[in-house]
Amino acid sequence: MSKKHHILPGFHLSLGWTVTWLSLIVLVPLAALIGKTLSGGWHHFWETVTDPQVVATYRISFGLSLIAALINGLFGFLAAWIFARYEFPGRKVLEAATDLPFALPTAVAGIALTALYSPNEWIGKILAPLGIHVAFTPLGVLIAMTFIGFPFVVRAVQPVITELSADVEEAAACLGATRWQTIRHVVLPPLFPALLTGVIMAYGRAVGEYGSIVFISGNIPFKTEITPLMIVSKLEQYDYTGAAAIGFTMLLASLVVVLIGNKLQSWGNRFRNHS
Amino acid sequence: MASFIDFRNPPGSDNRADRLIRATSEPLWMRRLLIGIVLVFFTLFLARPLIVVFQGALAKGLGTFLSAFTDCDILHSVQITLLVAVIAVPANAVFGITAAWAITRFRFWGRALLLALIDLPLWVSPVIGGLIYVLLCGRRGYLGPWLQSHDIRIIFALPGMVLATTFVTFPFVARSLIPLMEAQGCEEEEAALTLGAGGFEILRRITLPKIRWGFFYGLILCNARAMGEFGAVSVVSAKISGMTNTMPLEIERLYNDYLFASAFAVASALSLLALITLSLKTLAEWENKRQFEAGQRSLLEPTIETLHP
Repeated sequence: MSKKHHILPGFHLSLGWTVTWLSLIVLVPLAALIGKTLSGGWHHFWETVTDPQVVATYRISFGLSLIAALINGLFGFLAAWIFARYEFPGRKVLEAATDLPFALPTAVAGIALTALYSPNEWIGKILAPLGIHVAFTPLGVLIAMTFIGFPFVVRAVQPVITELSADVEEAAACLGATRWQTIRHVVLPPLFPALLTGVIMAYGRAVGEYGSIVFISGNIPFKTEITPLMIVSKLEQYDYTGAAAIGFTMLLASLVVVLIGNKLQSWGNRFRNHS
Repeated sequence: MASFIDFRNPPGSDNRADRLIRATSEPLWMRRLLIGIVLVFFTLFLARPLIVVFQGALAKGLGTFLSAFTDCDILHSVQITLLVAVIAVPANAVFGITAAWAITRFRFWGRALLLALIDLPLWVSPVIGGLIYVLLCGRRGYLGPWLQSHDIRIIFALPGMVLATTFVTFPFVARSLIPLMEAQGCEEEEAALTLGAGGFEILRRITLPKIRWGFFYGLILCNARAMGEFGAVSVVSAKISGMTNTMPLEIERLYNDYLFASAFAVASALSLLALITLSLKTLAEWENKRQFEAGQRSLLEPTIETLHP
């Protein structure tokens, strides 16, 4: 098979262009990031990334993203389930609307969410007397993070639910399992890796998100500042090595998240091939 | 294996089937509750923000809304946005086709690594997409002194914004083509080759028609992201209204200047783009599936005929 692939022409041209373009757009600039980080020296690097104001942003970016990803895990799973299993009017429209957070520019999402939860709007009017404030609080950051990560879980889980064979559920029912037992022991286990993959992807997206969050968060130091904002403010002070140090740290963190996601995905695929 | 139970259309008349439905699906009240929860979530989280944008745009009347689009600075930001997309999208489209050709038609050392690197811009923060170019081409960046001595401006100017946009939209076309071309295989291309077709003829007459919907799908997603990008572009743009502001940056400027109606007017134009993108994307998904299934059927049909003469 692999030999047959080499019959077609254009190997050197296509691979050559791919590698050149990849180097120009991704690799060389990334090398600059690593170079600038190293040129600042270990001491400077450590001082920058452990600065109390920066550390406070980790709690928001890495902690709140986790909560947002879990919320998306729950609602994304429900949405994927009803899209795959139930027939109801408007299902196709909802399915198409799932990807809205992918298609809507983040700045638009940012000002829309800020307006939506401001005390002048009806949601804000309901929440304000209860003492719940969304704009300029961590809750607002959480809402923006949930918004932009929503499609990932649905997209990861829905194909696996569709693939799931009905035979095993029928067998479980024939053997006397209740519906809940069937779901708990037969349906959920093969879906779990896909669900986890979706949650991790939503997490990765929320950690790096910038545009939709900066509007609703108000960027209050130690309270609602996110880590990508630290990069921007270092650059505004022309502190290139400081910005590089934080960027490098985020790059490493994202790399870890992606590696975990890939491991889970191959684990999940093994699961799927067996069933 | 096909099941005799259709999950989507549970019948109500047949008693035996009804019992099995009850065992393999949720009770009616449960189904309704779950659909209700998802509907509420979609309304509050997805539909409401979109409606708020259009409400905000029209809050001060149609006149104010329309006058936003005769404002010089706003019109200029529309031009810049289109210009950036017109450069970045075709560049990544060409890259997408060459990368998908190299990766799906050949097996070579480092193929998995190449795939992973193509994906990289998807999982890093968009701010990093701007940062890396500032570190490379900015005034105190590696190429900064050389660029300055040759009087070339990249950062805080259009080239930087094009580069940052190209970075964040880098994987879109390649990512939508690679799984499709992998699944389609290359028998037809090989057949064309044996019949004497040249490389570009194969690409133009065999491969491109086969992947057209997948390609279209990648293009519209790439375009939506290119026109809507905020984080990466905001780092490399000087953010001067009427000079280097794209539409998302102009939204930020108007919003911070408390010109909410104008900010939402620009946002509504981008929301419209998002809605068009979603519809075209759904269309491309359906067509792609149809085309793919039709292709598979034509492969299967002779077999079925020989089995049932």
